[in-house]
Amino acid sequence: MSVSILIVDDERDVADLFRQRFRREARDGTYVMHFALSGEAALSLLSDGVEPTLIVILSDINMPGMDGLRLLREIKTQHPDMPVMMVTAYGDDERRRRASELGAFEFLTKPVDFDLLKAQLRQLAGTAESPT
Amino acid sequence: MFDQDLYLAAWNRNFQQLLQLPDALLAERPGFDDYIRYLTERGEFGGSASETEIARLRSRLTDHHSFERTRPDGTVMEVRHNPMPDGGFVLIYSDITERKLSEAGIRAARDAAEAAYAELKAAQANLIQAEKMASLGQLTAGIAHEIKNPLNFVNNFASLSVELLDELKETAAPAFVALDEEKRVDLDHTIELLTSNLGKIADHGRRADNIVKSMLEHSRGVSGERRAVDLNMLIDEALNLAYHGARAQDTGFKIGLEHDYAPLLKPIELAPQELTRVLLNLFGNGFYAANKRAREQADGSFQPLLRVATRELGDAVEIRVRDNGIGIPAELKDKLFQPFFTTKPTGEGTGLGLSISYDIVTQQHGGTITVESEPGVFTEFTVRLPRQGGSA
Repeated sequence: MSVSILIVDDERDVADLFRQRFRREARDGTYVMHFALSGEAALSLLSDGVEPTLIVILSDINMPGMDGLRLLREIKTQHPDMPVMMVTAYGDDERRRRASELGAFEFLTKPVDFDLLKAQLRQLAGTAESPT
Repeated sequence: MFDQDLYLAAWNRNFQQLLQLPDALLAERPGFDDYIRYLTERGEFGGSASETEIARLRSRLTDHHSFERTRPDGTVMEVRHNPMPDGGFVLIYSDITERKLSEAGIRAARDAAEAAYAELKAAQANLIQAEKMASLGQLTAGIAHEIKNPLNFVNNFASLSVELLDELKETAAPAFVALDEEKRVDLDHTIELLTSNLGKIADHGRRADNIVKSMLEHSRGVSGERRAVDLNMLIDEALNLAYHGARAQDTGFKIGLEHDYAPLLKPIELAPQELTRVLLNLFGNGFYAANKRAREQADGSFQPLLRVATRELGDAVEIRVRDNGIGIPAELKDKLFQPFFTTKPTGEGTGLGLSISYDIVTQQHGGTITVESEPGVFTEFTVRLPRQGGSA
């Protein structure tokens, strides 16, 4: 069964990077990758509904317009149970603290450790599937 | 007034009072020589002999001149000597003690002002240097932030491309077999080169990434947690760590370690992790310099040595790290704490160690770090940490 992952980053090459890193998983149908180039775009994607079941959102923090932390707050008010991972190049304590206060599921620093991320996603996909 | 024959001819009351001359002396109308002899005996000319003074004054009888002398009671007198056309001369005495005192006062005030000015200049120079270093540090961290993202892409896509190339080889293997020998060798060779190039991109990307990480340390600034520590113990731990680190990198590494720790050093409040970084840096540099000299004097006569000392200064503590290595030429000393300044060969040093140490000591702890060196003899770094400093 397929599940969705939403990646929010204002840098277009991030989409390319994730597509290539997850090319096998995409090919065999494990994950469907969705991309949004801004916080606003991510929210409208969410309100339109994401198919198949969205199991996690990964969001950059530094973005023009709505930044990642504001997006996180918005998501948490509308979908309190949706796991959100914050991804940033600046792993400072202040950002980390704010992200965790706002209910971030995980805080990743760039460059992303894709092996670790894949392991976490497998767990999330497992818990998402278990009730059905 | 003395007449042509050099006898006292006339005087006024002020003259008598000022020089405290007895009536009897003046009534005799003494000759100039006797007059001077009288003054000399009273000590008016210091310890000088009367005949010396007489000879000196007589040699200038026909000159207009003036001189000052300090009398035994400390007052200062100005004597003006005015020869008269027909011979003889007039002596005019004035008490200039007060003028002299105020002159001395002015001179002292001027000296004090000059000293204060010099101090101010030095403080300003320090401030400018600190400001320069701080802005260089910020610039460094800023550049690092900007480079980090694109560099992450370079590294990510390089390693991805290596994977993709492996997949390509696998997928295309059956097709390659169908090719004729020459074309297949050609293709294999190209793929090999591509793989190796991508590996190089990944390697150098990692190297750049390490530099960027060090650069970012500049912006970490005040995050370090502070607590009261036993400085001698902290130094000892860092020294051990540095020594074993150096041994791990080069099994032939040898250096004599000496320490002279101030006994009963009171605990000092500081950011232990940050200070350890400074110490590791200083020790690492010392090891490097001493070992470089050891390699240059390979006859075995030279014993590389690193000495660490601490000193209690009351309101501050002092750490000295001294090595007997190659030393630092005077013209490089100013650049030592600047980011990216290094004397090590490319790839061995980032040139950030001392600039980060400078930040940690001055910005974070409100202390000072200075260096003294004699090329080919020694280098000594002195770190001073104030006891309740560290505003930042």
